[in-house]
Amino acid sequence: MDKLSVEHLLGIKYLNANDIDLIFKTADHFKEVINRPIKKVPSLRDITIANLFFENSTRTKLSFELAEKRLSADVINFSAGQSSVKKGETLIDTVNNILSMKVDIVVMRHGSVGAGVFLSKHVDAKIINAGDGTHEHPTQALLDSYSIREKLGSVKGKKIVIVGDILHSRVALSNIFALQLQGAKVKVCGPTTLIPKYISSLGVEVETNLKKALEWCDVANVLRVQNERMDINFFPSTREYTQLFGINKDILDNLGKKIVIMHPGPINRGVEITSDVADSDDSIILNQVENGVAVRMAVIYLLAQQIKR
Amino acid sequence: MSRKTLLNSKDIEIILHRLACQLIENHNDFSDTVLIGLQPRGSFLANRLADLLKNHYNIKDLKLGLLDITFYRDDFRRREAPLAATSTEIDFLIEDKKVVIIDDVLFSGRSIRAALTAIQSYGRPENIELLVLIDRRFSRHLPIQPDYRGRQVDAINEERVLVSWKETNKKDAVYIEQT
Repeated sequence: MDKLSVEHLLGIKYLNANDIDLIFKTADHFKEVINRPIKKVPSLRDITIANLFFENSTRTKLSFELAEKRLSADVINFSAGQSSVKKGETLIDTVNNILSMKVDIVVMRHGSVGAGVFLSKHVDAKIINAGDGTHEHPTQALLDSYSIREKLGSVKGKKIVIVGDILHSRVALSNIFALQLQGAKVKVCGPTTLIPKYISSLGVEVETNLKKALEWCDVANVLRVQNERMDINFFPSTREYTQLFGINKDILDNLGKKIVIMHPGPINRGVEITSDVADSDDSIILNQVENGVAVRMAVIYLLAQQIKR
Repeated sequence: MSRKTLLNSKDIEIILHRLACQLIENHNDFSDTVLIGLQPRGSFLANRLADLLKNHYNIKDLKLGLLDITFYRDDFRRREAPLAATSTEIDFLIEDKKVVIIDDVLFSGRSIRAALTAIQSYGRPENIELLVLIDRRFSRHLPIQPDYRGRQVDAINEERVLVSWKETNKKDAVYIEQT
């Protein structure tokens, strides 16, 4: 059997197509496991995992924790809000203190770009990036592609448009890398102020007309407007954003074809997507959440396999 | 490397019929019994037995599942090559059922130990029996013995027992290989 070409999961840009294929095949088996009456396997009995969340998270943190527990790993959790980080401790000190408690794998979300890479060079544990600033969120991109593969049979040759706040989105960048590795065509769509200046260097086309973008695509991955990361006004008003880039049932009904609707959550209902679209049969938003656990189990399992005692 | 044939296709056919009859003796119409083949290699034997029971011995309602034990093995992270999983196909609950675990070769008993743990994820069976084609006695690491065996072999540890099925290797045969 193949093994992962990387020692940590820091970003999709460090992976190759075989890695993604291996992760998906492994995730297929775990998806079967989490649909059993007893949803747990003993593989990681002797592995301890620390979930370090220096930024807020609900879905990702719960999904990782559940994946770890389904694999029988021991889990410790840490949220920056209630920690010594507020007392002035550095990242390396915090993590080394945690590692002295004999932790094998660190899952980390951090507000700074490259925090995972930095940590992987300074501590002796497997690092899984659960989001670093506006940079990458590799497990989200993997579960998005896995969900497309599940719904449409494969990712290769499919047309995917990522709609919304591309500039502040780590989900967008990781998705672009992952989709292109698997041979999909990617466009982004959003207000020009929220599209990164050098996006074309990634081989991604920009479409500022939502209707045209949706007519072109097989799948629309809709992102949230990340108000918390905006220091200036990138568009005049939420109402205007919704009018130009919000996805509603009327637009979809007039496309003349079915497209798959995805959203990594959390959803701002009525802003980037209306409730009737988010809850429709075309939406695979809740499948994404279920697949997230299976894909994270696969990533943790494959990395844990490399740990030698 | 020398190789000698332990069982040819005729021998295997006779053994399969005997094993099927022994199962019928103990399980009657199989209404409370499920057969579980261990992936990947035990599934050939399990499929073959199920075919025989259904088509030759007219067992109407036979439940057959395939179980992958990769995530339950005790050598995770202890071997060089990573463990590759295969699919598990069990679309019924085994609560209060009589389970017959089926594998091709019983060697150390560790796979069966893993299977005993894995099977519990599908409920609490009434009892579990073990059926193997080849029982390599004197090689056990655990106190596990088969209830039904095709052939007992006293192969020494340096020898390998190879089971070939016509589904993958063109013909049915069991070989002993001296390395």
